[in-house]
Amino acid sequence: MSPQSQQRHSPLEPGVVFHVHGVTKVYQMGEVSVHALRGVDLDLYNGEFAVLLGASGSGKSTLLNILGGLDTPTDGHVFYGERDLTRADEGELTEYRRYHVGFVFQFYNLIPSLTARENVAVVTEIARSPMSPEKALQMVELGQRLDHFPAQLSGGEQQRVAIARAIAKNPDVLLCDEPTGALDSKTGIVVLEALQRVNEELGTTTVVITHNAGIAQMANRVIQLADGRITDVRANASRLPPRELTW
Amino acid sequence: MKALDRKLWRELWAMRMQAAAIALVIVSGIGIFIMSLSTLHSLYQTRETFYRDNHFAQVFASVKRAPLSVLQRLEAIAGVDQVETRVVAYVNLQIEGFSDPVSGHLLSLPDNSPGRLNRVYLRQGRLPEPGRDSEVLVSYEFARAQGLEPGDSLGATINGRSKRLTVVGLVLSPEYIYQIAPGAVFPDYRHYGVLWMARKPLASAYDMDGAFNNVALTLTEGSNEQDVIDRLDNILDRYGGNGAFAREDQISHRFLSEELKQQRTIATLFPVIFFGVAAFLLNVVISRLISLEREQIASLKAFGYSNVAIGLHYGKLVLMIVGVGIVGGIGAGIWMGRGLSNMYMDFYSLPYMIFVLKPWVIVAAAVISMLVAILGTLHALRKAARLPPAQAMRPEPPALYRTTLVERLGLQRRFSQPTRMILRQIERRPLKSLLTTLGIALSCGVIMISGFQKGSIDYMVKVQFGMSQREDLIANFTEPTSLRALYSLRSMQGVERVEGVRNVAVRLQFEHRSRRTAIQGIAADAELTRLLDTRLQRVTLPPDGIILNDYLAQLLQVRPGDRLSIQVLEGSRPRVQVTVAGTVRQYLGMNAYMQREALNRLLGEGHAISGALMQVDSRYQGDIHNELRQMPRVAGVVEQRAAISSFYDTVAETIVFFAFISTLLGGCIAFGVVYNSMRIALSERNRELASLRVLGFERSEVAYILLGELGLLTLVAIPLGMAIGYGLCLYMASQFNSDLYRVPPVLDVRVYALAAAVIIVSALISAVMIWRNLARLDMVAVLKTRE
Repeated sequence: MSPQSQQRHSPLEPGVVFHVHGVTKVYQMGEVSVHALRGVDLDLYNGEFAVLLGASGSGKSTLLNILGGLDTPTDGHVFYGERDLTRADEGELTEYRRYHVGFVFQFYNLIPSLTARENVAVVTEIARSPMSPEKALQMVELGQRLDHFPAQLSGGEQQRVAIARAIAKNPDVLLCDEPTGALDSKTGIVVLEALQRVNEELGTTTVVITHNAGIAQMANRVIQLADGRITDVRANASRLPPRELTW
Repeated sequence: MKALDRKLWRELWAMRMQAAAIALVIVSGIGIFIMSLSTLHSLYQTRETFYRDNHFAQVFASVKRAPLSVLQRLEAIAGVDQVETRVVAYVNLQIEGFSDPVSGHLLSLPDNSPGRLNRVYLRQGRLPEPGRDSEVLVSYEFARAQGLEPGDSLGATINGRSKRLTVVGLVLSPEYIYQIAPGAVFPDYRHYGVLWMARKPLASAYDMDGAFNNVALTLTEGSNEQDVIDRLDNILDRYGGNGAFAREDQISHRFLSEELKQQRTIATLFPVIFFGVAAFLLNVVISRLISLEREQIASLKAFGYSNVAIGLHYGKLVLMIVGVGIVGGIGAGIWMGRGLSNMYMDFYSLPYMIFVLKPWVIVAAAVISMLVAILGTLHALRKAARLPPAQAMRPEPPALYRTTLVERLGLQRRFSQPTRMILRQIERRPLKSLLTTLGIALSCGVIMISGFQKGSIDYMVKVQFGMSQREDLIANFTEPTSLRALYSLRSMQGVERVEGVRNVAVRLQFEHRSRRTAIQGIAADAELTRLLDTRLQRVTLPPDGIILNDYLAQLLQVRPGDRLSIQVLEGSRPRVQVTVAGTVRQYLGMNAYMQREALNRLLGEGHAISGALMQVDSRYQGDIHNELRQMPRVAGVVEQRAAISSFYDTVAETIVFFAFISTLLGGCIAFGVVYNSMRIALSERNRELASLRVLGFERSEVAYILLGELGLLTLVAIPLGMAIGYGLCLYMASQFNSDLYRVPPVLDVRVYALAAAVIIVSALISAVMIWRNLARLDMVAVLKTRE
């Protein structure tokens, strides 16, 4: 990270966790170029529960991947605190993901050959000051299913294992890609409650992306994306608890 | 245990069948490697120990007759350590209940001592007692072939006189580990034996009282072997010395060394093939595993696992599979090595077998297989390590297909949609298609090696004894004789043709290269010895000059027109120069030919011959043989064809066994490659094929797309495999070449047919197994789950 770029772009506002500036992303799908992001500017704050709302193809997953250090933008800058993620090399990004970020995926991405406890252990074994896998699983109310394999768990349970896996390392930010996308509404609510509890009890900055406008009502802020651009940012005056959400 | 390692163990368990198949190929490779090398080292060690324990001589010489007083002069030669003189007689043996002619060598045993050199190893019975003149020791192999036991008796004709001998012991000798009659190519234990008896009775029967006709000696450390041989020749010359020679030229030692060389070839060639196939299979299986676990890899990276950690994770899986192969291979190798060494102990009649397993062999086997495995999977491991996490999150983009070359050439109308799918699949993954084809082709090659040995020996025998050496019997005379000796041979009943031959021991030299061999002087119009060129056309012998066989010419690096220096090793030992007139194709020995009269002139002698080649009516062959051996001037009779058929009996079982093993191994490789490729293809194209089933394709139509591809590759692989097989045989043949014989790389059409049949059957078995898998293709489930 050069001092020059820090001077030009580093976030001035206190409490800002992510500072996204002029980010564009073009990638190749086979022989087709896809413009996923077309100049995004965004700040995310410490401890907030933000929802990125957008239709399929709006670029929200791409933005989340860039925030999580899984992908790099074609142009623009992303700051995590003082750190310019767009200038970080492979090793720095790995270190960033290892110690700072928790991921929850739409399709859980559990390792089928490992039990719930072991799936969490995969992460705690390489983290700096993790909680125990058992405690993380208790937080998502799966303390009774520690030794079940993914194939023996329901979709909602699998997603809660994924959340436990994401929070077990005590991450600074929790990034969730359509965490309820593959679930029915009743199961989805259980998963969202788990996310809200983590956000409140641990104070982890949480970013959830969804195409489901109903979920937006539980967020502090709702950021709307369409065609790779931010079209609207609004703060919810009053948040609804997950069990009152409808979709 | 770390969670990630647990994942490894469980995945290994889940893919245990495939892993076992790969491990088995590695077990075969390492097993053969360790087996061959430990056998080789054991044989070397055992031979060395046997030689040392039994004081095997380093230089040998035979003379016509030398007085014992010469011994002191021999002992005085600088560099000579120990000398032992002997009486060696070529004898005819009569064994009850066995009407075939049997010959043998009868060697003198020192009186009242085990002797200084070439001591016998008593396997059964006892040594002859002093004063009991008829007691003999018999070589163990000969006794076993003839069913002789201590206490049995046999008749012998020594120097024209009959004598009754009693067997008292069966022995092994370092001098006759490979027990082969003079002039023969193959051992023939039933028709040729070696016997030992006390010196005194043998010497008096053979007119050798106070004399010897054979001497063996050892050298002091650091002495010059060639100097000693030259000094020895100088001394023995006047007593009818035949030219002394070193241990390397001793026939038993030579044959054994050649066999050991062949063992070394097997130790390298087969493991190379197996390791190659193992690398290919690992590549296929690990690549597929990594592409199936794309999302798991992405998640692990999202959690902060580094590229190196991911690469190591899959690397460990590879090493675990290889580890199983190594452990199994070492076990199998040691077991097979012990078994094979003992088999050789029996085959070569060694008194014991010292099993040698050098640590470096084990280390090399392990390191080589690890390296091969890592090399084979390096590409896949790097791909896993470098997989960008965000990209892995998204489903894989549709694989990029293109219209194939044949379609671009405008031939597409000839193909149905499924056929186009097959062709495009092959063209899209050219390297994989190529490697699959190569794997199948290699197995085809391995199978062909199995049929190669028999075909080659058949061809060698056909050319050498059917076309070139056409005599039925060779009678060697005790000393050069006048041509008149042929008349008496011609007059025998059943003799059809007799041709005189003058053989003389020589050392041929060109520039700094030299070889000890014999020149055969034959008549220009000889019918029984035909010289053949590379196209097996007859070559006429020029009146001047010498013709060498191709192997000897190649060793000396001479071409027609070159002047060759000849050191004659008998008589007045002249040194002369002769022009090379040409070369001829021969598979046995290192022979040189001249017209007999030209050779006589060269030796400064009249029309002399040293032996006769005879063509006889087969009904009288036994009688003629016996009659010849009664003649005092006939030193020995060689009957090549009998030796060959007896050799076939000896080795037929071994050849069949090895042919079976290599066919089995080849079939295993073919099955492993084809089945694994099909399994992977099925896994890769599960969704595609299930979709086609949903669209209304029948199982056979879907199977066609999947199996058609491998069918096509198999059909391409067969001719390629035949070419590889031919190459492998060519290589093996070139490695087996020696002064003693050359193995022509000849492959019968049946060998090709067998290889193709084994490949096709292996492919069909795989296809049937895949066909049953296709029946279980769950259309609904496959379409519901995400890839």
